[in-house]
Amino acid sequence: MSADTATPPAATAAVLALADDALILSHRLGEWAGHAPVLEEEVALANIALDLLGQARVLLSMAGDEDELAFLREERAFRNLQLVEQPNGDFAHTIARQLYFSLYQHELYTELAAGDGPFAPLAAKAVKETAYHRDHAEQWTLRLGDGTEESRRRMRAALDALWKYTGEMFRPVDGLDVDPAALEARWLAALGRVLEQAGLSLPEGPRTGAWAAGAGREGLHTEPFGRLLAEMQHLHRSHPGASW
Amino acid sequence: MNTPTLTPSGPQGPEATFEDTIARDQRIEPRDWMPDGYRSTLIRQIAQHAHSEIIGMQPEGEWITRAPSLRRKAILFAKVQDEAGHGLYLYSAAETLGADRTDMTARLIDGRQKYSSIFNYPTHTFADVGVIGWFVDGAAICNQVPLCRTSYGPYGRAMVRVCKEESFHQRQGYELLLTMMRGTDEQREMVQDAVNRWWWPSLMMFGPPDADSPNSARSMAWKIKRHSNDELRQRFVDMTVPQAQKLGVTLPDPVLRWNEERGHHDFGAPDWDELKRVVSGDGPCNAERIARRRAAHEEGAWVREAASAHAAKQATRVREGAAA
Repeated sequence: MSADTATPPAATAAVLALADDALILSHRLGEWAGHAPVLEEEVALANIALDLLGQARVLLSMAGDEDELAFLREERAFRNLQLVEQPNGDFAHTIARQLYFSLYQHELYTELAAGDGPFAPLAAKAVKETAYHRDHAEQWTLRLGDGTEESRRRMRAALDALWKYTGEMFRPVDGLDVDPAALEARWLAALGRVLEQAGLSLPEGPRTGAWAAGAGREGLHTEPFGRLLAEMQHLHRSHPGASW
Repeated sequence: MNTPTLTPSGPQGPEATFEDTIARDQRIEPRDWMPDGYRSTLIRQIAQHAHSEIIGMQPEGEWITRAPSLRRKAILFAKVQDEAGHGLYLYSAAETLGADRTDMTARLIDGRQKYSSIFNYPTHTFADVGVIGWFVDGAAICNQVPLCRTSYGPYGRAMVRVCKEESFHQRQGYELLLTMMRGTDEQREMVQDAVNRWWWPSLMMFGPPDADSPNSARSMAWKIKRHSNDELRQRFVDMTVPQAQKLGVTLPDPVLRWNEERGHHDFGAPDWDELKRVVSGDGPCNAERIARRRAAHEEGAWVREAASAHAAKQATRVREGAAA
């Protein structure tokens, strides 16, 4: 599938970036099914995952056949952020990943919904969902940051560990009509407010990995991603052409 | 009890009032007097029902990350989410009887309270997901639709909502199987194989035969249960046989046939020894199901403690704010 790894046209690049973020994060949240710390979180995490999967399906359909794109692309053709492919870790890691991403996605969709580009209709619906996701992540950041010593330690460790994947969210994407610098400023301000309220502070250090040459938007992913795809695509690939 | 003027009271005492309420097909509500046996039977049944929803998330949840299309993945997510919701709903109903959710969870992971035998069977292929929808949710509906009229109000009302969603899941499961049967030879084989493996365990979901069901008589007298195990099993078989024909699969029972005189299908007996083994903890996945539930609970302890600590801090802040 060498054609897949070629740089897609601008419109497709933007569609795939947004679609793959939602698809892959949804998949990660699906791994929580039956493992959540309380039943209410089984419901909440599945609910968020379902919203994201819904967004992914709309977006992928803008670029082609949703199942072909989800199940038959190789790792190098996926355009999602490295952040969303990171393993779930403990609940604090999952919440830190949700906090970083949902604040970003909410700011992004708010801006896209206000414009008249190709993503405006989807964004108008998704912005309501992302407001809920953001709320959920913020509430848990407060509980964990301002809970026990143990939860505070874990939340801080999770925020630190994922920090290096957040810079990628503000790289320009071809065909995505937003101002990355303004988006980043709003994201930082919103994140700073939540962390302050939780008695935490912004992690220190660079927001791109020490090795910054590659990133998910160019199809360069972290190692756990290959295993995620192997699991996600196995059954579909085992029965070429079958309908489900 | 909305009609106090019709309710005998005073010299007849609360027991007579209870019996009368049951006799008139009225509902018992949380604040009403009820016999200890009625209360404990209901707690046991509702808790086990709730546990079944929660453990039942596992066999299907196994396939969320492997679902072969995005549509099926979305359906599975929604279904597993509904099951968690049903569990919450049922735990709430049990709590109206004085049971405590934390305690019920402890009893589940200690093996002191049971859950439906069916969830101790493994899901081997994606067709199992469809067959669980068709058989397991179908059997659950046969059991639960009469429970919408059970004598305990909160349980009956929980069942109304649960049944609506279960019917939807059942149709989705059957629709998956229809799609697979129109597909490749491999897909059709998967469906038949799953049917073969799940048929007898599904019949066991209704419990032991009436002659061997110690709690049934009292539950029926109290109108907690409205039909016997064997009646409900028969209803399930009669409902499922034509669906199997339409689907184009066979049911793995050589004696299964329509009995004109009875107006019902005759069918073979499940392996009751197997049911006993599974219910007593010795089924294919009992240990794994409980271990996973226990791990989720134990690994989540620090999260629940954080939530409690945060809530307590917030409450203190509100109090101090009000005092200042």
